[in-house]
Amino acid sequence: MILARRTLLLGAAASLTGCDRLARNERFREALFSAENFHRWAQRSLMARDALAHEFRPDQISPIFRANGTANPNTPEYKALWRNGFADWRLRVDGRVSRELSLSLSQLHALPHREQITRHDCVEGWSAIGKWRGVPLRTILDGAGLRSDARYLVFHCADTMGNGSAYYESIDLIDAVHPQTILAFALNDRPLTVANGAPLRLRVERQLGYKQAKYLTRIEAVSTLAGIGRGKGGYWEDHAGYDWYAGI
Amino acid sequence: MPRAAPDPDLIERHRLSTRLWHWLNALLLYVLFTSGLGIFNAHPRLYWGHYGANFDHAWLVLDRFPGWITLPGHYSLALSRHWHLAAAPIFAFALLAYMLWSLGNRHVQRDLALTRADVAPRHIWRDILDHARLRFPRGEAARRYGFLQKASYIGVIFVALPLVILTGLTMSPGMNAAIPWLIDLFGGRQSARSIHFLAAFALAAFFLVHILMVLLSGPFNQMRAMLTGRYRLPAERP
Repeated sequence: MILARRTLLLGAAASLTGCDRLARNERFREALFSAENFHRWAQRSLMARDALAHEFRPDQISPIFRANGTANPNTPEYKALWRNGFADWRLRVDGRVSRELSLSLSQLHALPHREQITRHDCVEGWSAIGKWRGVPLRTILDGAGLRSDARYLVFHCADTMGNGSAYYESIDLIDAVHPQTILAFALNDRPLTVANGAPLRLRVERQLGYKQAKYLTRIEAVSTLAGIGRGKGGYWEDHAGYDWYAGI
Repeated sequence: MPRAAPDPDLIERHRLSTRLWHWLNALLLYVLFTSGLGIFNAHPRLYWGHYGANFDHAWLVLDRFPGWITLPGHYSLALSRHWHLAAAPIFAFALLAYMLWSLGNRHVQRDLALTRADVAPRHIWRDILDHARLRFPRGEAARRYGFLQKASYIGVIFVALPLVILTGLTMSPGMNAAIPWLIDLFGGRQSARSIHFLAAFALAAFFLVHILMVLLSGPFNQMRAMLTGRYRLPAERP
């Protein structure tokens, strides 16, 4: 078996240890990681800008919607907000905007909603279907007025990860203004539970689960992702090497 | 020095396109299979339908695959995905090019298409018996592929490989928005993931049998044919 494999691959160049060694080479690593650009380009070329993610029927909803990642931010600040039923919680919208906003949960509830039954695809492979209700992100952005140099939206979250870094994610304006991109405050007709991101989380339905930032506290419009976290656009991108474009 | 007379038993077996694709594929399938196992290790459970997570009914629950067969050798979902998603588009476009090329140069019609004689039950049965007894074709009969060879090559090129590619695309939320009918074709993301896994193992099984057949039927001759294109027809049995 070993011999046959070697023969077939014309030597040990591509044997597993060889691959591991290759992946440690900086330039090869860059080439390997640049496949993300191809996938983003290919998907964006294939689909209309507002092509919708599949929406499901109510009877297709998962019996239990699995929560992943942080199950409870558990910081003193978050606990205080939670104890008060998030009455003191505010979503800040700032950065490259014309009008900074500070929105309460009841102000968000008063805005027009969108409801969608969509599939949450975890990068790990499992998926769950849930019914989300929330405010289209576009509505908020229209209220804040993006400046012309705004290119990305950064979502800052209340949870800190194991190493003390705050969770954050980012998307570009194509996904930000997509009709299914919403700031969700309800899952399956109930207010979001703490495990699923209370009081507010992002839904970017054409991308994987780690983009759907939970426990939102602040949305920052920026012209570049450099200087935020380690500059790769998100907690998992910075710390584990995940793709920023998570469409596949 | 006088030129040696051309050897009538040394035939041109594999065209350049077949040889190039074969070796590229060997490399890519190896990377894709091992990195795929690395990805699978993130959630080693399989489901049918549109959704499936820990609380749902899984039709297969496995332990993690060991490091000696995953890429990378330690658990890193991100790195496994980088390997997998970098190799996958090359693999998909190479298959597409090879399919078109092989239809264009009539490799498919001439060498792979099953003829009426190939599918005669007696012939099929004989081919199975010959394989079971490790009696490989010799002389003139070795010019052409038998039923099992044709069927397995067609199955790999036109069924299993397209299946892994399409089910792979079906798992992508972006591709679901771009090509909505894919998800209906396979009956959901988790069904696509299950079929992806089964097709990958079918390809791995093909790989092992393929290697075994090369070793049993004259590895030097077969290897030369796949490297230079030239194959020596084994002499008829006395």
